[in-house]
Amino acid sequence: MATQAIGAERAVPRVHRKLPSEINILLVLIGIALVFEILGWIFQGQTFLGNIGRLKIMILQVSVIGIIAVGVTQVIISGGIDLSSGSIVGAVAMVSMSFAQSAEYARAVYPALTDMPVIVPVLIGLACGAVAGFINGWLIAYTKIPPFIATLGMMVAARGFAKWYTKGQPVSFPTDGFASLGSGMMPVFIFLGVAIVFHIAMKYTRYGKYTYAIGANPQAARVSGIDVERHLVKLYMVAAVLAALAGIVVAARGQTAQAGMGMMYELDAIAMAVIGGTSLAGGRGSIVGTSIGMIIFGVIISGFTFLRLDAYYQEMIKGVIIVAAVVIDTYRQRKKMKKA
Amino acid sequence: MLDGAGASARGAYAGEYILEVDNVRKEFPGVVALDDVQLKIRAGTVHALMGENGAGKSTLMKIIAGVYTPDRGEVRFAGKALDIRTPLDALNSGIAMIHQELNLMNTMTVAENIWIGREPKNALRLIDHDCMATMTRDLFADLGIRLDPGAMVGDLTVAQKQMVEIAKAVSFNSDVLIMDEPTSAITETEVEHLFRIIRDLRAKGVGIVYITHKMSELFEIADELTVFRDGKFIGTVAAQDVTRDQIIKMMVGREITDMFPKIDCPIGETILEVRNLTLPGVFHDVSFTLRRGEILGVAGLVGSGRSNVAEAVFGVRPATSGQILIDGDVVDIKSPPVAMRHGMAFLTEDRKETGCFLNLDCIENIQVALLSSGKVDNRGFVNQREVNRLAEEFCAKLRVKTPNLAETVANLSGGNQQKLLIARWLLTKPRILILDEPTRGIDVGAKSEIHRLITQLAAEGVAILMISSELPEVLGMSDRIMVMHEGHVSGFLDRSEADQVRVMELAAK
Repeated sequence: MATQAIGAERAVPRVHRKLPSEINILLVLIGIALVFEILGWIFQGQTFLGNIGRLKIMILQVSVIGIIAVGVTQVIISGGIDLSSGSIVGAVAMVSMSFAQSAEYARAVYPALTDMPVIVPVLIGLACGAVAGFINGWLIAYTKIPPFIATLGMMVAARGFAKWYTKGQPVSFPTDGFASLGSGMMPVFIFLGVAIVFHIAMKYTRYGKYTYAIGANPQAARVSGIDVERHLVKLYMVAAVLAALAGIVVAARGQTAQAGMGMMYELDAIAMAVIGGTSLAGGRGSIVGTSIGMIIFGVIISGFTFLRLDAYYQEMIKGVIIVAAVVIDTYRQRKKMKKA
Repeated sequence: MLDGAGASARGAYAGEYILEVDNVRKEFPGVVALDDVQLKIRAGTVHALMGENGAGKSTLMKIIAGVYTPDRGEVRFAGKALDIRTPLDALNSGIAMIHQELNLMNTMTVAENIWIGREPKNALRLIDHDCMATMTRDLFADLGIRLDPGAMVGDLTVAQKQMVEIAKAVSFNSDVLIMDEPTSAITETEVEHLFRIIRDLRAKGVGIVYITHKMSELFEIADELTVFRDGKFIGTVAAQDVTRDQIIKMMVGREITDMFPKIDCPIGETILEVRNLTLPGVFHDVSFTLRRGEILGVAGLVGSGRSNVAEAVFGVRPATSGQILIDGDVVDIKSPPVAMRHGMAFLTEDRKETGCFLNLDCIENIQVALLSSGKVDNRGFVNQREVNRLAEEFCAKLRVKTPNLAETVANLSGGNQQKLLIARWLLTKPRILILDEPTRGIDVGAKSEIHRLITQLAAEGVAILMISSELPEVLGMSDRIMVMHEGHVSGFLDRSEADQVRVMELAAK
């Protein structure tokens, strides 16, 4: 047959990996950091990056939302969106804290269930997240309603649940074990663990390959034998479980849970993903990119505080940066396509 | 409304050419879509434009509508060169077009759809809905259409929507009305109504271009007809002077070259059998068998249900009744993964819509079916090195022309994209390969390479079901040909007895 002779006559196509696209985002991060460093010397007469204590606080501030962003990134890559993560943080903070209260506290939510081993509130919290994510995913995959609507419904409902759970009362006094989940640099380590696990999942497993394929072209994914509906359910469950994990960390760190916790976290998480190069059109993005997006977020917040700029400016500039990131990315994408 | 300013050209040009297409040529990278074609429409006549799929009819319509500019040649309207840049320009200068796909806004009313952008205003410069309804009723009365102007377009049947489109086109008082297969989705009685309207318009002096595949309609309504073939002008004749057979000969006279090298190979046992497959309203009672090493070609016009049958067999949109047997056992193929487990592969018709992941790279495009078949992973972890090796091997075998398989697929040519998609399926080692338009829109070189590959696969014992709109391709490649017409199998032809005229007779009853 003709197959043997062919290789000799022309260059055989090979896989040559190009520079990862995250390089661009990394350069942006370095640029922003340097700007603050220079402004620091000019206006404050001191270093911005040289202060380890400040960097620690900075990373700590963003890593809880970073945990959420890891899940949200996957949902966005699949062509969806998740608005419910902030409310899930609030609801899970309440529920898990109520199973983590210390016996020394007289007014525990479940007086018979105090001093539980730390694994109990954690598992209950994650299970709550899984249920919420299943509902999100099931609605999106099988009733075909837009992800925006399904997760908007969950966002409102989960917040309502968080308030109803203790009729608006905060829940406090966790066991030492539970509190340790949020103390010190623990949130950062949890973020790192989550990011590494899902970086590997997205890059080296079928789970990840399916996610990109569904985001790039759901019809083609279906015809190629992917069970698109089932995978979507999985994705929204992962996103909600990660939001639940963030809720546990937030509650543990504050040693108290309130129904209003996690407000607007979903938007910050989406912003981190988008700044990190995740395309809202689906099919593009990475956990590494989102992690860099998270640090950019942290640098900006911490940089403004460092320059003693008003918090109001921070929010305005944050808004500008989110939009600018997408404009630049869209422009770059269009240029890439035109080349063809 | 019907006797407004737009009618000015009519009286003066009755019987004369109102629209003249003169030596128009249009090239796209790799193909000459139109090669010096002509089309001359007289005012007050119905002019049928005919040709197989891909003959260049739609390209010409897009040139007249201002979507494309011709590389050479001229379009004259009422004796003057036409300068049209947007569909609105065309409407304003007196050319209305009714596309095959309806362009109506389903969530708006009939009247709103017809007068959009031209709504009558009241003294306050606000839209006068009463006046709009009256205008619509007058228009409908003239055309004999019985529809409520306030009805939501989304609630109408396809035929009713078509009537709205026609009314809209007429409301521009156009001198030329172009209809692209207007009867493809409507019933006999509705066709009658449509023809009555067309005759009325003709009597009023409108020049009508009527694109169709259907011979019977042609003789009922057309005064003249023009045939295109492969982007070339074949001829214009008066409808009363020709017979059906003569028209078919004009349409199909393509040469069969050695581009389609089906080699004879032993044909084995039956591997796939389809019995009475039915999806109501789409296809009915489709039965066929497919054997190892056999290429079964499927011919038929676009919309005859060919692709739907393929989708049903592969489980993309399963049939509601009938049976599919593989190796003699009845199987329930309810989704693509089930079909793949039975050794099937399906190259879809539309490369961009249901084939490629345009934003992803070649490797990611190639590996997806292999991954979902579950053959190369270790508890969910993908053995990327092995996948890359296989992808490189198949890309070399298929002569995919890209130096780097990490290249984004959007940057590849159509032919190379198609080869990647074929590679995607070959990696799963299919026993049954369904190909829907395997060579659509790709250049000649890639085409013959794909043909060679298909016949080679057949020789290796793969059973192949190949749908194609290109008659020479079907005739050259197939061992047997199944012809479909309006959702039914209208006949089977053996390689030895098949020729273009026979296939067209079955396809275009």
